[in-house]
Amino acid sequence: MDLRIGHLYPDLMSIYGDRGNVLALTQRAKWRGIDVETRSFTAGETWDPDWADVYFFGGGQDQGQDIVGADLAGPNGDALKRSIDGGAAVFSVCGGYQLLGHEYVPEVGDPIPGLGVLDVTTRAGKVRFVGNLLAETDDGKTLIGFENHSGYTYLGPKAKPLGRVIAGHGNNEQDKTEGAVQGKLIGCYLHGSALPKNPWLADQLITWGLARRHGAVELTPLDDTEEYAAQSQAAEVAKTRT
Amino acid sequence: MTAIAAGKVTRVGLQLLGRGATALPGLVTLAMDPDAIARLSATLGHGTVCVSGTNGKTTTTRMLSDIVRAAGWQPVHNRSGSNLDRGIAAALVADATWGGELRGDVGVFEIDEASVPRVLARLIPGVLVITNLFRDQLDRYFEIDALARRLGEAIGRLPDTTTLVLNADDPIVAFLATSHRGPLLTFGVDDRSVGGTVPQAISDATRCPRCKSPLRYSRVILAHVGDWRCEHCGLERPRPDVSAAAVQLGPNDSRLRLGGPVASAMDDVVVPLPGLYNAYNALAAIAAARALDIALSTAIRALAGFKPAFGRLEIVEAEGRRLRLLLVKNPAGFNAAIGALLETGRHPRILGALNDRDADSRDVSWIWDADFEALAPRVAHATVTGLRARDLALRFKYAGVPRERVAVVAGWVPAIRAAIDGTPVGEELVVLATYTAMLSLRDALARLGFVGQFWED
Repeated sequence: MDLRIGHLYPDLMSIYGDRGNVLALTQRAKWRGIDVETRSFTAGETWDPDWADVYFFGGGQDQGQDIVGADLAGPNGDALKRSIDGGAAVFSVCGGYQLLGHEYVPEVGDPIPGLGVLDVTTRAGKVRFVGNLLAETDDGKTLIGFENHSGYTYLGPKAKPLGRVIAGHGNNEQDKTEGAVQGKLIGCYLHGSALPKNPWLADQLITWGLARRHGAVELTPLDDTEEYAAQSQAAEVAKTRT
Repeated sequence: MTAIAAGKVTRVGLQLLGRGATALPGLVTLAMDPDAIARLSATLGHGTVCVSGTNGKTTTTRMLSDIVRAAGWQPVHNRSGSNLDRGIAAALVADATWGGELRGDVGVFEIDEASVPRVLARLIPGVLVITNLFRDQLDRYFEIDALARRLGEAIGRLPDTTTLVLNADDPIVAFLATSHRGPLLTFGVDDRSVGGTVPQAISDATRCPRCKSPLRYSRVILAHVGDWRCEHCGLERPRPDVSAAAVQLGPNDSRLRLGGPVASAMDDVVVPLPGLYNAYNALAAIAAARALDIALSTAIRALAGFKPAFGRLEIVEAEGRRLRLLLVKNPAGFNAAIGALLETGRHPRILGALNDRDADSRDVSWIWDADFEALAPRVAHATVTGLRARDLALRFKYAGVPRERVAVVAGWVPAIRAAIDGTPVGEELVVLATYTAMLSLRDALARLGFVGQFWED
C-alpha cells in the first residue's frame, strides 16, 4: 500500500515549522509499512490533479500569500478543486486555511478571493493572536498548537468547527471555535507543528488519503506515548501560562 | 540624583545581591533620562558600532571588541548579550563614572534585530553591521519580510556619515544597501568549494527582495545564504569588499585566506572557533574594523586570540568529560551548529534543553524546521530536558532516533547528572540549549562546581 502526499507551495508557504506536518504524515504511514511519496506543488508549475491522496497547505508570509493567491486563481486552483472533488484530503494551517476559504478581507483595499472550497471567510483583525492554543473536539479529543495570526475566520453553514477553544483565541476569539472541517478538508490555526502532537488528527488524514485509491483501511495502532506526553506538557503550558 | 547615578546605585545593589546587572540599571537610567544613551554615546571619541542580525551578533561584537582593544581603544560593550536599549544603557552606565563621564572611547553594541529602530532613534552609530536575517522567534518578530522592511526604514533615517556593513551572501541583508545614503562595505565567502547547489529546506528568501521573482543560486551555503542572482530584474550578490577567497574548516578552528590586493599579502586569518558561521562572524568583524580604519594586521592578531562567549561553543570540564555548550535558538543557528559538529565525524552524546520563555521563543515550532534528520543517524544518545522536553523528545523520534537512545529527564541538575553519567570519561557531551535553558544549565553546572557565573567575564 502507498500514500501520496502533496506539499502545496513548500517554497512560499512553510513558515512556523509547518514542515513537521509532512514529517508526521510520512513517518506515521511508514511506521505502519505504508510506502510514502511526497511531491511539491508550487506556483507556475502545471499540476497533476490525479496524483496526490492528501495535501498539506501551510502558512506563509504576506509576500508568499500574494503569489499563492494569484496562482490559485489560475489553472492550478482548478486542478486542486478537481483533486478535492476526486477524493483527496487537505490539511491546511493559518495562511493555507485562509486561502481555501471564500475570501480574505483586508483592513484597506479589495477583498482577496480564496479557492472557496472551505465555507469560511477571513477578515483582518486589529489584534494579532499569538500564543498557545488548546481546543477540544465534540468527541473529546484534544487539539494543541501555537497560534500566530491577525486574520479572524468565520465559519459558514457548510463548515463545522474542528474544536472548541479551551485556552487561546482560535478562529476569531468571539465564537470560541477553532478550525474548520468540511468533507475531507481541514483548516486550523495550529502551528507547533500540529500533527506530531495531535497524532489522532494525523491518522485521520492518513485514513482519508488512503481511502482515495485503496478504499477503507483500518490503521494499525502505534505506540503514541511520546506524542501524548508532548501533547499534555504543551496543554499544561497553554492552561497555565497563556 | 542623576539618572546615571541612579542606574549605578541599582547596579551596585544588584551585585550586592549576587545578581547580574545586565539590564535593570539601564531601565532605571532610561526611565529617569530617556536621552541618556544619546548623551553618553556622543562623548565616545571613536563613535559607536552597532551589530545586529539573527545569528552571530554576540560573537561578532565580542570579536570586534577584542579588535578595538588591540588597536589601543577602550570599548564600552554590552558584553553579557543583553541587547535591548536597556542593555545598552546598562553597559554605558557600568562604564560611566558616578559623575557621568565615560571611561571608554568607542561603543561596541549588539542590538536585538527587532529593537534596531528604537536604538537608532536614540543613537547614531558610525558603523552599523547586519550579519544575516533568518527566521527566528516568529512569535516575537513575526515575519522576515516585515522585519527587513523595518530595518530598511531605520537605515533610511541614518545620516550619510554612517558606514553600513552588510553580508553580501544574504540577499535580504544585501538589499538593505538600497535604503542607505552613506558608505557601504560588504563581506562574503568567495571560496567556490564552500556550499552546495541544493537549496535547503528552511530558506526564507526564495524570492528576489526587489521584484519577488524566484532567485537562482549557483551556490547555497546555508538556507538562503549563498551566491544568488535574480534573473528577472538582475539584482545579484554584490562582490564582497571583505572576502574569504579560501576557507579551511577544522574541528576546532578555521583559517581564512582573504581576497583582494591588500589582504592577499597578509597572513591567513585564524578563527579559533569551528564552523563556517564563525568564519562569517570573523569576516563581519574585519569589515567593521576596516570601517573604523583599524589596520587589518591588528584585526587578524586580535582574532587569533579570541575566546567564545556564553553558550557559543564554550568548553566546560566535568569529571573527566568535556562539555561543549552550544546555544541554539532558531533553525539556521541549529543547522550551522550541527553542521560544525558533524563535519568532525563525531557520533555525539547530547544533552538537549528546550525552553519556551520569551527569550527562547514561546513557539517551539522552529525545532521542526531544524535539520534533526541530519543529526539523527549519528546520535549516540540524547538526554532531553527543559520546559518543553517532551517536544524535543518527539522531534528526535520523528527524525528517526530509536527511543532507547532518548531519555527525558526533568530538572536541570538531574538532567546534567544523567547526561554526564552516561558519557564515558574522556569523551565529549554536546549541550544544545535555548537561551533561558542555557542560563539554567549554566547555573546548575555552577552549583555542581563545574563553571563560574557567566556575567563574571
